[in-house]
Amino acid sequence: MIDLQGIEKAFGSNRVLRGVDLEIGTGTSMVIIGGSGTGKSVLLKCILGLVAPDAGTIRLDGHDVTRAPREEFLARFGMLFQGGALFDSLPVWHNVAFRLLRGAHRRPKAEAREIAVDKLRRVGLKPEVADLYPAELSGGMQKRVGLARAIAAEPEIIFFDEPTTGLDPIMAGVINELIREIVTEMGATAMTITHDMSSVRAIADHVAMLHDGVIQWTGPIAEMDATPDPYVQQFIHGRAEGPIEAVR
Amino acid sequence: MSLLSPLAATGHVVLSALATLGRVTIFAVQAASHILRPPFYTREFLNALMQIGWFSLPVVGLTALFTGGALALQIYAGGARFNAESVVPSIVAIGMVRELGPVLGGLMVAARVASSIAAEIGTMKVTEQIDALVTLSTDPMKYLVAPRVLAATLAVPVLVAVGDSIGIWGGYLVGVTRLDFNAATYLKNTVDFLEVWDVGSGLVKGAVFGFTIAVMGCYHGMRSGRGAQGVGRATKLAVVSASVLILAANYVLTEVFFSA
Repeated sequence: MIDLQGIEKAFGSNRVLRGVDLEIGTGTSMVIIGGSGTGKSVLLKCILGLVAPDAGTIRLDGHDVTRAPREEFLARFGMLFQGGALFDSLPVWHNVAFRLLRGAHRRPKAEAREIAVDKLRRVGLKPEVADLYPAELSGGMQKRVGLARAIAAEPEIIFFDEPTTGLDPIMAGVINELIREIVTEMGATAMTITHDMSSVRAIADHVAMLHDGVIQWTGPIAEMDATPDPYVQQFIHGRAEGPIEAVR
Repeated sequence: MSLLSPLAATGHVVLSALATLGRVTIFAVQAASHILRPPFYTREFLNALMQIGWFSLPVVGLTALFTGGALALQIYAGGARFNAESVVPSIVAIGMVRELGPVLGGLMVAARVASSIAAEIGTMKVTEQIDALVTLSTDPMKYLVAPRVLAATLAVPVLVAVGDSIGIWGGYLVGVTRLDFNAATYLKNTVDFLEVWDVGSGLVKGAVFGFTIAVMGCYHGMRSGRGAQGVGRATKLAVVSASVLILAANYVLTEVFFSA
């Protein structure tokens, strides 16, 4: 279980997170929604240790990991970045097997390649893709490779940062389905940040709405449409009028 | 209040400069410490060695060749004013190995390598590849910075040695073909007046310059701002700072090595 208590983060005078409290149960898929610039990515980076929170605690299975050494902690994570964040200088299979070629998860090269090809197949890519370089792939293929890299070391927790940004609706649907299938079959805890409502409906078990640096509402996906929370209602229906200012 | 404004502005600039100096120093110390501590990324080191060393050979070689030739012409013309044309071989050799080889070689490598390192790492930063490295339990200082710094520290002295040889050869070509020096006499004068420490000091300078070039490239790349403009600014700062630091370090090292 991931337990966030009172997470705060400011950049200069801009207080992005003002006390985020959130629990993500083991094996559940939590989707955090919110407009652009509301701090979703900052929250995710705080959990990963890429950004140090100014205040608050992050607990993983009851252990405070807010300022703990990150290597052991990160070994349990997989992450799909918004733009894929594939390493340009490495072929696709090296990208996928990156964690398997070094560090604690190190495997023999042939075995690592075999696992990479298997994971590529799992995300719908042919083995021939393994020897291409990221620059030779389309945006959708890069997302799939990023997804294959995120699951390569069988992580317990997977983070997805805007997984469908920049994709056409059909490819976005394919990626959403893949994420849902993979999270279910691996039994992993998932946290996704997005403002794409089709992703929310496809991926989420639970939803949390982040606005003004705090969680405005959280609950099961089944209750999202019926909640009277004005922030959620404005966001999911894309209305210009409501408590969320259209111009930020 | 207005009287204090210039003072406040000056103080702001000084504090900012000191903060930058502190950050660069800490970064350089961290880079050096990561070179000595495992894990070591051999593949990345060899790749950096090829990029920094092997692919810089043409530009360093051509620079040295033309510099050696021009130096021979200048010394000949200057020496003629007091009938000292015969010093051309020895002055070309000493000038190349002590000063021009390391400094010009260092500046050419700075232009080629510091920019390329800063642009590559800066692009990795803005496309979240550095964050991806961290989430894959890989320390960017070990994976990206340490191999490049070690490779540059080892490769630049070798480039300087090659540049020295080519520069002296350039002087020899001009001396023999344009200035009517006897080939055997030119070579004898070159060898007789050159001391081991002349060459050694240039190689030490090369190592310091190589370290400086890679540290500045990596530092500015890692601190790159967002977007194309951020990467462009990081690249420019890497080349400018590496070049200025090479010239400053050259003066300090010359004082240390050769002041009476």
